[in-house]
Amino acid sequence: MSDMPTLWFCLVAAMIVGYVILDGFDLGAGAVHFFAGKTREERRAILGTIGPVWDGNEVWLIAAGGTLYFAFPALYATAFSGFYLPLMLVLWLLILRGLAIEFRNHIDSPVWTPFWDVIFAASSSLLAVVLGAALGNVMRGVPIDSEGRFFEPLWTDFKPGTGILDWYTVMVGLCSLAALTMHGGLWVALKTPEPVAGRARAIVARVWWWVLGLTGLITLFTMRLQPQVPANLARWPWGTLLPLLALAGLMGVPWFIARRADARAFLASTAYLTGMLASAAFGLYPYVLPASTVAERGLTVTNAAAGESGLRIGLVWWTIGMVLAVIYQVVVYRHFRGRVGIVGERGMEMGRETG
Amino acid sequence: MDDALAVHRLHFAFTITFHYLFPQLTMGLALLILILKSWYLKSGDPRYNDAARFWAKIFGINFTMGVVTGIPMEFQFGTNWAEFSKMAGGVIGQTLAMEGVYSFFLESSFLGLFLFGERRLGRVGHWLAAFLVFLGAWLSGFFIIATDAWMQHPVGHEVLPGGAVVLKSFWALLLNPWGIWQYWHNMNGAVLTACFVMAGVGSYYLLTRRHEDMGRLFVRVAVLVGAIASIIQLYPTGDMQGQMVARHQPATLAAMEGLFNTERGAPLAIIGQPDMERQKLDNPIVVPRLLSFLTYKRWMHEVRGLNDFPRDQWPDNIPLLYYSYRIMVGLGTFFILILVTAAILWARGALYQSKWMLWILMLAVPFPYIANTAGWITAEVGRQPWLVYGLYRTADGASKNVSAGNGLFTLIGFMGLYTVLAILFLFLVRREIDHGPGSHAPATTPTSATSP
Repeated sequence: MSDMPTLWFCLVAAMIVGYVILDGFDLGAGAVHFFAGKTREERRAILGTIGPVWDGNEVWLIAAGGTLYFAFPALYATAFSGFYLPLMLVLWLLILRGLAIEFRNHIDSPVWTPFWDVIFAASSSLLAVVLGAALGNVMRGVPIDSEGRFFEPLWTDFKPGTGILDWYTVMVGLCSLAALTMHGGLWVALKTPEPVAGRARAIVARVWWWVLGLTGLITLFTMRLQPQVPANLARWPWGTLLPLLALAGLMGVPWFIARRADARAFLASTAYLTGMLASAAFGLYPYVLPASTVAERGLTVTNAAAGESGLRIGLVWWTIGMVLAVIYQVVVYRHFRGRVGIVGERGMEMGRETG
Repeated sequence: MDDALAVHRLHFAFTITFHYLFPQLTMGLALLILILKSWYLKSGDPRYNDAARFWAKIFGINFTMGVVTGIPMEFQFGTNWAEFSKMAGGVIGQTLAMEGVYSFFLESSFLGLFLFGERRLGRVGHWLAAFLVFLGAWLSGFFIIATDAWMQHPVGHEVLPGGAVVLKSFWALLLNPWGIWQYWHNMNGAVLTACFVMAGVGSYYLLTRRHEDMGRLFVRVAVLVGAIASIIQLYPTGDMQGQMVARHQPATLAAMEGLFNTERGAPLAIIGQPDMERQKLDNPIVVPRLLSFLTYKRWMHEVRGLNDFPRDQWPDNIPLLYYSYRIMVGLGTFFILILVTAAILWARGALYQSKWMLWILMLAVPFPYIANTAGWITAEVGRQPWLVYGLYRTADGASKNVSAGNGLFTLIGFMGLYTVLAILFLFLVRREIDHGPGSHAPATTPTSATSP
């Protein structure tokens, strides 16, 4: 007798980690867009670093969502309907971000390009905050009623536990913005030439202190707000390794930046994000959506999971499909490896003709 | 509560109808582009590659619209249809997740290579990228149809004591007999959309005497593929789809045909208005016994009318179902007529000089969109009052914790946003058509401009 729900809990968590690492740098590139790119050509280069890959990165969200849906239908239903308004906001922001990335370079005009630049930067930054706040809501727990449903107000008077945006979830949202700004800044540093790369490194060096401070704060408050976290750490002491991975990654970022090792700095930031999200998943288990009202109303891997036979069937096709998906993405990232160039709009046309 | 239910239904109906305007062109064009690339590979004629490159630009804009309007569809199962998701997620979540894992990763990965990698990939490599994009797009259609087919004709599952369903047979779900015919009917409909768009742009070029060489190529490829597709849409795919409805959803068939009373040798109503109060068809024009023949291949076979079924199993909007079915069939017949005529004109070498036909082809572009939309309305309104046919009612499926006011707020938001999207789309596509196909070198990203 294997523990299918726990296995699927780990797989969905891994897909979410995949999404945050990959689309996280797209969002972060948006956050640093105006600060690292000063001219239209430089901003074109920043968009060029994510242009061929952002859509594939976003697919991790869709695939993770679908997997969550069939493995934990009750969680999908309860959480998505309860977070109705913020999720619709996420959808609208995702729409605007996608349009901005794809359409910005269609027309070279002093009204068209800057317009989409603003949409790109604003929607990306807001997405980082909202997705972080969503994670904060799950960590804190939601007011599930006796029928197993909840519907939270969007904002509150900033007392804990009463709305989507309270002081704790906003703090997680800001930490997410800082962390993804760092992550995206490192991506831009890795993929663009000077002077854009240099500016991106400088942004990362500054935002790093915010990441450090906010990470410390949310760790502290999460331990107090969500009793499951200290309980799990006491029960499985090996779990301490996960926050340590995050800490090591975070420390690695300035270390590698100082040595101009952009790829390693990006990997360090990846380790930080992985460590943080894995810590969150570890700290919540067996809950997938804790209740802030009565602990027993919380959704767990067991009471939210789909039937055993479906989970077994899913494991076969999911494994084959995800191996293929990773292969495709490796092919694409290899094809578009190397730094992008900074070429003017007209220069691009000439570049096309002459190669 | 009824109020909220109506809002949630409209929310899904509006967002899915708008969304599907784009994937139908994506899927159809993916095939046409693959045909153009294959012909280029075989003949070496660079005009076919130029044509493929032009349509790849339209494809790119259209694909973006499909992507950004597609994500809300998956989300809405959870946000607006939470009760349904709790019940059915264990089954339909599987096919929706498969779409992400098997098709979106494939499609999104190789579209980037297809659009920006022509120079580095070489002729065969670029053909392969086009093929993989096609495969991704058509797989995506398959998983969505498999999902809908399960809701139309649930198979391969088991109902658990709490009312939720669990998947028992992977292959039964994917090879649902309902889904197989629905898939080919739907994909062929998507091919028709792409053919009309390509023929329409080609005719526009010929009528305005610009890019005439390309215009002839577009019209030729689109008319020949379209003529075949228009026939397949009627027979066998449409015919088999109709027989599936007759076998598994007899009340739906009666409502589609406006047949209130059971009859032997039932007539087919060409037109007429269902009068729900008096339970009859007003102003009908009928062909005697044809309905019996079309459904059962026997002229005197009995066809059950609506009154043979309990009232609570009737579709809840019979006139809408009846009209959308007629719009679909009527337009489908019109497509056969014009595309086969155009193909005959081509065979006689008279197509490019037949201005009247070029005008028809240019003006017909909206019609396949209307036909495909009407077809989906027929399928989905026909499934009512069930969300999962015979198993779970639509009225039970909406989120109980999302009020009508909250639903209306986001519905209005989507309407506003999608209006902007529609204007943007038409503006950008119109620009590409105006710019026209040229023998440009392949597009590159800044990456490939500098890297080795």
